[in-house]
Amino acid sequence: MKKENIVMEQGQPRLKRHMGQKAANTISNTIIYILLIAMSVIWLLPFIFIVLQSFRVELRGPVGYVVPQTWGLDNYRGLLTSDFKRWYLNTFIIALAVAVLQTVIVLCMSYTLSRFRFKMRDGLMRFMLVLGMFPGILGMIILYRVLKDLGLTQVNAVPGLILVYVASSGMGYYVSKGFFDTIPKSLDEAARVDGATRAQVLMKIILPLAKPIVIYTVLTAFMAPWGDFVFAKYISFGTSAGMNVAVGMYSWLNLDQISSRYTMFCAGGVVVAIPVTILFLCLQKYYVEGVTGGAVKG
Amino acid sequence: MKEDGWSQVIDSNHLFKGAMFMKQYSDLEFLRLSRWGKFSYRLNSFFCGIPQGIKNALFGAGRFFKKLGRGIGGEFGELFRTFREGDWKTRASYLVMGFGSMARGQIMRGLMFLLFEIVFIVYMALPTGGLFWLKKLCTLGDHGVTKVTEVVYGQTVEKVIPGDNSFRILLYGVLTIFFIVAFIYTWRLNVRQNRIAEGILKSGKKLKSGKDDLRSLVDEQFYKTLLALPLTGIVVFTVMPIVFMVLVAFTNYDGTHDGANNLFTWVGLDNFNTLLSWQGGNNVYSAAFGEILSWTLIWAFFATFTNYFLGMFVAMMINKKGIKLKKLWRTVLVLTIAIPQFISLLYVGKMFAKNGLVNLSLINLGWIRPGQELPFWEEPSWARITAIVVNIWIGIPYLMLVATGILMNIPQDLYESSRIDGANAWQQYTKITLPYMLFITGPYLLTSFTGNMNNFNVIYLLTGGAPTNARLSTAAGSVGHTDLLITWLFKITTGAESKYYMASVVGIMVFVVVAVISLVVYNLLPSIKNEEDFQ
Repeated sequence: MKKENIVMEQGQPRLKRHMGQKAANTISNTIIYILLIAMSVIWLLPFIFIVLQSFRVELRGPVGYVVPQTWGLDNYRGLLTSDFKRWYLNTFIIALAVAVLQTVIVLCMSYTLSRFRFKMRDGLMRFMLVLGMFPGILGMIILYRVLKDLGLTQVNAVPGLILVYVASSGMGYYVSKGFFDTIPKSLDEAARVDGATRAQVLMKIILPLAKPIVIYTVLTAFMAPWGDFVFAKYISFGTSAGMNVAVGMYSWLNLDQISSRYTMFCAGGVVVAIPVTILFLCLQKYYVEGVTGGAVKG
Repeated sequence: MKEDGWSQVIDSNHLFKGAMFMKQYSDLEFLRLSRWGKFSYRLNSFFCGIPQGIKNALFGAGRFFKKLGRGIGGEFGELFRTFREGDWKTRASYLVMGFGSMARGQIMRGLMFLLFEIVFIVYMALPTGGLFWLKKLCTLGDHGVTKVTEVVYGQTVEKVIPGDNSFRILLYGVLTIFFIVAFIYTWRLNVRQNRIAEGILKSGKKLKSGKDDLRSLVDEQFYKTLLALPLTGIVVFTVMPIVFMVLVAFTNYDGTHDGANNLFTWVGLDNFNTLLSWQGGNNVYSAAFGEILSWTLIWAFFATFTNYFLGMFVAMMINKKGIKLKKLWRTVLVLTIAIPQFISLLYVGKMFAKNGLVNLSLINLGWIRPGQELPFWEEPSWARITAIVVNIWIGIPYLMLVATGILMNIPQDLYESSRIDGANAWQQYTKITLPYMLFITGPYLLTSFTGNMNNFNVIYLLTGGAPTNARLSTAAGSVGHTDLLITWLFKITTGAESKYYMASVVGIMVFVVVAVISLVVYNLLPSIKNEEDFQ
């Protein structure tokens, strides 16, 4: 009897606490669901607005409502007759070229810094760290004049911009170096014992293993030119034919144009966002891996 | 690591260890403190650690220069020894680069050296070559464009005689200096090659042939092949522009003194004086600099930490056990990373404008009357807060990803055992999650702080620096209440007078601020891991 009593006394509060915890858990989960739904709405609403407003026909400026009164494709047709086509093509060419070239450069750089131990290595890494502390815009003043002398600005801004993006991309090696660091060195050594040269090790052993980071690098390199504003603005310098989408569409929201181009901006935004977003969602896994890995390894 | 005598003296005095400023607790004493006691102790030790961080940075720099001095001394010693002990082939190489290599049968290597020397000498000696530019570099040109009217066949013709071009002089001057440095380095390499070759021959081994050299470029020295392209790009497109722009800070290069039509020249430290001297508050530049710098720091602080903590919070909500559709929530947020930022920033920026969607819908709803629009971008403090809030909207998805990855790596048994010990959720957060996150993401926080200081896109596309600060705006460019140093720099270069020299000074100041913050914080961080440990 006595023993049972004790057990009962001990058991009841524990059971009660358990019940209480369960209730608390349900409440907190409900709150979390509400928060998550609210967040999803807040994060998605602007994009839904952009899509809705891109179909608006009756007024072309900013208005106080979201759902169009008259639906139509006028804005998308307007894009075809404006310079937008040129900007889009420019950006697409730049993005493709940068995706390929930058990936090659970043991989060269990060693989070397991960695998080789040479005399200048530490100095080089420290030097690049310091170099990265200078604002990148600063160099644009001179680069613009030099590229202008070479005929790579304004109308010919596309090759000029590719050059600018790619040339300094070696400094962004951190994420992929972190990845290479996680591939065991013993793999290299085993292959070297079997008589492979360093180049063969890279091509035949490391690269196949590095597929996630290659995809991550290609993806980020491809996405960056779509959003770059400041370099593109410098290099194209007021010449519409050399602009990318960001610089071109920025001018649509200037005070003198916004009342006639606002809905076209929305339509342009949709056209720009769709291919990038689809690509991104397909390769999302690799992006997430790269971002989380990169932050851990600093 | 062996420290030099000075730091040992200082260390033993506990001068910089914070012992002067605060009582140091042992672990046990620390645990007995109240929560506030612990917090204030931590805060205190952080600030008392700052001198230590500065000290470490200074001594690091000291060691660097000491090493540099020793290195230079060693170089000269070796040069001298090589000459004294070497044979005639080696000695001839001091004048004719690559001679020793060729004489010893390494034809290809020798030819490369020789070719480089010939190119260098020819370039320096050309009438408009290296020496020409170097000579002009002291003055940046003495005669500008002149116009002469001549009478040719009875007609007056205006003839333009081109003069010096300061821009070219500075550019080619910098290039020449780079070239000279490269030459000295190659020459040094050439001398050392001889010494090594002599050693190999003396020990009875054979020298490498040209074929061997080529093969080693895909093998032991594969790194040289791999680095050639990236480093060339960095030197030409990053290092040289930076050197050039740093030099511009000491000139009067601007829109009118563009170098071609009007020469520009060296002005010493005048521009730094303009930016930094207070002059009783009459100096627009120094006032603007002070205000913009403080806003830049405030912005960077809030932009970094609001995103960090809210991002972590969101990640924890999604990660919580029992929450369903985890993948959906994550995808919704990640989706917004994919959409190019300029679209979302410009759109949201216009949404909050005076006649934007938010104000117009509030009017339509009858909540405010026309003329009473909420001044999101018109009032300085509204604009600043709105910018920070929109930045949260932009930044949380990214931070959520970062935090998710790290949170999943925290060993679950830590939580299990703490629950058995009766810890509640908040205690688990402050005792396990937060320390772990801070430890792992310390370097990341630092880079995102400095990244936010230079966050051009968010500010420029969102506010363009608005509202304008009329008091501080000059002819060189308008200054806004939300301008960061980096957008100010951009505005100065694109303003009516294009004062490139001021932009350059501002750029250098940005560098100084970022470098100081990085050095101090980096030396305080606990999570500087040994790189080799990771592999």
